[in-house]
Amino acid sequence: MSEDAARKDIEKAQIVPAERPRRVWRYRHALPVRLTHWITAGAILILLMSGLQIFNAHPALYWGDVTDFDNPVFTIDPMTGTNRLLGAEWGNGLTPYDTALPSWMTLPAYRSLPDGRLWHFFFAWVLVGSLALYLAWGLVSRHLQRDIVPRGRDFRNLPASAWQHMRLKFHDAAGRYSSVQKISYAAVLFVVLPLIILTGLTMSPAMNAAWPFLVDLFGGRQSARTIHFICAIALALFAIVHVVMALLSGPINALVGIVTGWRRERIETEDQGERGDER
Amino acid sequence: MSDKFLTRRRLLTGAASLVGAGALGAWYRLGSPPSLGEILGSAEHLNRGLQQAMIGREALAREYSPADVSPYFKPNGTQDAGGLPPEYMEDAENGFPEWRLEVGGLVARPTRFTLAEVRALPARSQITRHDCVEGWSVIGGWRGPQLSTILNRVGLLPEARYIVFYCADEFPFYFSGLSSYYESIDLLDAFHPQTILAHEMNGAPLTIAHGAPLRLRVERQLGYKMAKFVHRIEAVARFDDIHGGNGSYWADNGYAWYAGI
Repeated sequence: MSEDAARKDIEKAQIVPAERPRRVWRYRHALPVRLTHWITAGAILILLMSGLQIFNAHPALYWGDVTDFDNPVFTIDPMTGTNRLLGAEWGNGLTPYDTALPSWMTLPAYRSLPDGRLWHFFFAWVLVGSLALYLAWGLVSRHLQRDIVPRGRDFRNLPASAWQHMRLKFHDAAGRYSSVQKISYAAVLFVVLPLIILTGLTMSPAMNAAWPFLVDLFGGRQSARTIHFICAIALALFAIVHVVMALLSGPINALVGIVTGWRRERIETEDQGERGDER
Repeated sequence: MSDKFLTRRRLLTGAASLVGAGALGAWYRLGSPPSLGEILGSAEHLNRGLQQAMIGREALAREYSPADVSPYFKPNGTQDAGGLPPEYMEDAENGFPEWRLEVGGLVARPTRFTLAEVRALPARSQITRHDCVEGWSVIGGWRGPQLSTILNRVGLLPEARYIVFYCADEFPFYFSGLSSYYESIDLLDAFHPQTILAHEMNGAPLTIAHGAPLRLRVERQLGYKMAKFVHRIEAVARFDDIHGGNGSYWADNGYAWYAGI
């Protein structure tokens, strides 16, 4: 926001009686951000659920290029009724008639590998398109450089910022993302999403012929599949924490903000100036 | 402003009506709005077009060394007498004296090959990774004539667009009882150097579990394209009049016909 606009905000705010906390409406989320936020959110939900449907077809993960059926890195095996993670084994109570993951987690709810793939490969394109649109707009508008890309101080400030979040102290007045937000948004945008797209491509035999280096990059097709799954879990955790944070920091304001672009924010007095995390 | 000029409003209105009319026209032509399956399935065409443009005609699937061969190659689909006719099993026990590979359809010289004749054709050996649609991968060695060798012998007619493979095994169709397994590929894959009809696996004749005596290898696609127990090959211009009309047993059961992803 320009200095002029900020001054106008302050002037507007001064009409409000001084004893009440001064709040102003501020335009925080540009249209491309709001649009791609919701498209991406929908696509990720569908991709997660259809991905779990695909996982149910062979609910085991391996490391390397090929499958060593007796030594999965991770499995939820209905055939033997055991789970396994890195050599540790425990019962899961499933019978051979069960799917590894319950139907409420999968898309479609009924068991169907081909339909799961149909959903997955359609919404993979939706995700790629939405991410490309957001990144292109973010670069051109300098939104990425200004608001998202973390700087050295964000990493130094990470523990303090994380502590603020854990104490549910959110800085809705600062007009900037906190260090925790910047680093987690950047990790999703620049690490997890590119990684999940590339490992997804690495599982395609036609892509292996076109870009054989992808298989080597991820240490084999089965490793790529495992990394794809780890990234999916990371995205699911991020989404859960993101929604919880939005709810805790003021669900109405957060929702109105990411739908209309406008947020009602406390105005900072000059002596509070730069201390964005304290209010 | 004069009527003759194109104002922004008029341009937008015009563009919007064009898009609307186009959508209505498409709707009318199709007779019904596209189903969810058709909308989701449109990604398959995009994937096929894009992947085929990217890999080009000749790009090879990776080939491995004998040391990489998996100790256990998991068979899928029909693996024993359960899915095969009794006379087929009897023929198999005698070394397939009755078996013939029938090549016909849109070809100049329809031909029947005995197993000995197929084995006598110039063969290609390749050790490749087999990726199942379920998610697992194993490495195996294959040997057999390139499909192009056979197609060149019989002489494809110019109308031919797809090669269909008919198999001896019978599979339960989800909706309509038993149906014999079949598969098809386009000419791009049919003439790819690694597309072979394998009669040997890991240095020995194919076992029943792996499709004896002859199975297809299409190395840039998933395992379900690699039809086993192949006994008839047909060159066709279209496959919508064959079985369920989608080009393969699995495509008739909801899977994508193109299995490059």
